[in-house]
Amino acid sequence: MGAYLVRRFGLMLVTLFGISVLIFVLLRLTPGNIADILFDAGGYVDPADKARIEHQLGLDKSIPLQYADWIGGLLHGDLGISYQTEKPALEEILPRIPITARLAAIALSFSILIGVPLGVISAVRQNTILDYFLRVLSLSGLSMPAFWLGLLILMVFVAEFGTIPIYSDQPTGFWNTILMYSVPAAAVGFRSSALMMRLTRSSMLEVLRQDYIRTARSKGAPEHKINYYHALRNALLPVITVIGIEAAFLLGGLIVTETVFNIPGVARFLVEAIRWRDYPMVQNLVMFIAIVVVTINFAIDMLYAAVDPRIKYGN
Amino acid sequence: MSTLDFNAELAAAGANVRSRWGAVRFFIRRYPLGAIGGVIMAVFVLAAIFAPLLTVYDPLSTNAAASLAKPSAAHWLGCDFMGRDVYSRIVYGARISLAVSLGSMLLGSSIGVTLGLLSGYLLGWFDLITQRVLEMMQSLPLLVMAIIMAAALGPSLHNTILAIAIPLVPYVARVIRANTLSLREQPFVEAAKAIGMSERRIALRHVLPNTLAPLIVLATAQLGSTILTESSLSFLGLGVPEPHPSWGRMLSESAAEYVRTAPWLVIFPGLAISFVVFGTNLLGDALRDLLDPRQRS
Repeated sequence: MGAYLVRRFGLMLVTLFGISVLIFVLLRLTPGNIADILFDAGGYVDPADKARIEHQLGLDKSIPLQYADWIGGLLHGDLGISYQTEKPALEEILPRIPITARLAAIALSFSILIGVPLGVISAVRQNTILDYFLRVLSLSGLSMPAFWLGLLILMVFVAEFGTIPIYSDQPTGFWNTILMYSVPAAAVGFRSSALMMRLTRSSMLEVLRQDYIRTARSKGAPEHKINYYHALRNALLPVITVIGIEAAFLLGGLIVTETVFNIPGVARFLVEAIRWRDYPMVQNLVMFIAIVVVTINFAIDMLYAAVDPRIKYGN
Repeated sequence: MSTLDFNAELAAAGANVRSRWGAVRFFIRRYPLGAIGGVIMAVFVLAAIFAPLLTVYDPLSTNAAASLAKPSAAHWLGCDFMGRDVYSRIVYGARISLAVSLGSMLLGSSIGVTLGLLSGYLLGWFDLITQRVLEMMQSLPLLVMAIIMAAALGPSLHNTILAIAIPLVPYVARVIRANTLSLREQPFVEAAKAIGMSERRIALRHVLPNTLAPLIVLATAQLGSTILTESSLSFLGLGVPEPHPSWGRMLSESAAEYVRTAPWLVIFPGLAISFVVFGTNLLGDALRDLLDPRQRS
C-alpha cells in the first residue's frame, strides 16, 4: 500500500510537470504577444518602445528561459505579475478561489444527493416506465449546454422576481449565502447529477447481475436488504472514482456558468485572462485547475485503495 | 413454467433479418429510443445540407426595421437585435455545428486511431511516452483544453475544429490501444503471423477492422460533446467568429440583456443545441448496446 502511494504520488508530480510544459508551449503558439495587444490599442507601434516593453515583461528571453523563470517563481509562491492589472498574480487569484470552491462544493453535493438515489432507483426498477423516464431525463440533462440552462434560469428569475440574481460580496447571513450560491450551483449541478445518475445506474446494474446477489435472493433475503446492503455498497466503489471524473466535468460547467451569472470566481477569470492574452494569469490559472483536478483524482485513488480490500491487501 | 415462443425470441434477437431494410426494421423495434435519435440526427444533417431550400431569408442580412421582432408569420422564430431572421440563422447554424463536430471528430479520431494502433502494437518506449503525454492531456477538462487551444490559435472555423479535435485524441487513442492490446493475443493474429504476414498488414487488415465497433460507439458519443464544446467556445467568444451563424454565439449575443425583452433569442438556439445533442446521445446509447455491450452505461 505504501509503495502504491509513493508511486502514484510520483506519477502525479510527473503529470503536473508535463502539463506545465504543455500549457506553456501552447500559449506561445499564437503569433503576437501581450506587447502587440497593448500597442494595438494605442494604434502606433514604435519599435524602440515595443522592444523596451518586451524587455520589461521578460518576453525577449528565450522560451526555455521564460519557462524556467515561471516554474522557479511558482515553486517559491511567486506567480508573477498580471499584465492587465499590474498587481501580483497571486493577489488576483487567491480571493477568487473560495467563491468557485463554494459553488463547486454545493454543485457536487447537489449532484450526489440527487444523482445517486435516482441512479439506484433506476437500476433497481430497470426497464420500467420509471426507469425510462429517469433515463430520458438524465440524457436531456446531459444534452443541455450548461450556459443555456443558466440563461433559462435567469429568464425564470426575471419573469418571477423581476430581477436577475445578483452576486454580492457581503451577503447577510449563512442561509442567504447558500441561497445566493444555490441558483448557479443548480445550473451546474443539474448536468453533473445527470452524469452521476447514469454512472450509478450502470454500476448498480453491473453489481445486480453478480452471482452473490442471486445467492442472497435464493437464500430468502428481503429485496430491500439485497439492494441496499449487498448491492449498493459494492456499487458505490466505482461511484467514488466517478466523483473524480465529476470534478473535471464540473470545472468546465463552472467556466460558462460563472460567466452567465457574472460571478467573480476563478473559472470566469480564466476566460477574462485569455481575452487579454495575459500569459502569467492564464498559465497560473490553468496550472491551478490542473493541480486541483490531478490532486482530486489522486485523493480519489487513495480513497478507493483504502476502501476496496482487493487493492488494499496486495496486487 | 411457461413455454418459450422460440420464433418470437429469435425474431427479437434479429435472427430472421434478410435484407438491409429488415435490419433497419429490427433496429427500430429493438432500440426505439435509438431510432428516434437516428431520426433527429437525420433531420439535423438534412437541415444542414438543404438549408437554402428550407429558409426564405439570408441568415446574414440585417434589417433594422425588424430588430427584435417577435415570432410571427413573417419571421417564424423572430429576429435578433440586428433584424436577422432567427429561424434562418438556426437552420444555417446547423451547417456550422455539423461541419465543426464532424470535422473535429474525424480529425481527432484519425489521429487517435493511428496513435492507439501504433502504441498498442509497437509497445516499448514509444508506448510509454505516448501514454504519458496522452494522460497529461486528459488531466485537463475537455473544455479547458479546447479553450486554451482556441485562444492560442485564434478564432476561426478551422482553428475551432483543430481546438476541439486535439483534446479528443487521448480519449480515442486509449480505447483503440486497449482494444489493440487484447486483439494481439487472439489466435487469428497468431495464425496470420505464422503464415508469414507482415506486422503492418496484420495491423491494418486484421486488427484495425475489429476495433471499429468501439470506435463507432465512441464517435457517436463524441459527436454530442463536440457540438456542446463548440457552442461553449462560441458562447465565450473563442469559437466560430462572425459572420458564420453559430448557435452558441447566438446565445452569447442575446445573453442577459435580452432575457427580459426577447426570450425567443434565448430559447430557440439553445433548444436546437439540446435537441441535436439529445439525438446523438440516444443514437450513441443504442449503438453501444448493439455493438459493444461491455461498455454499457
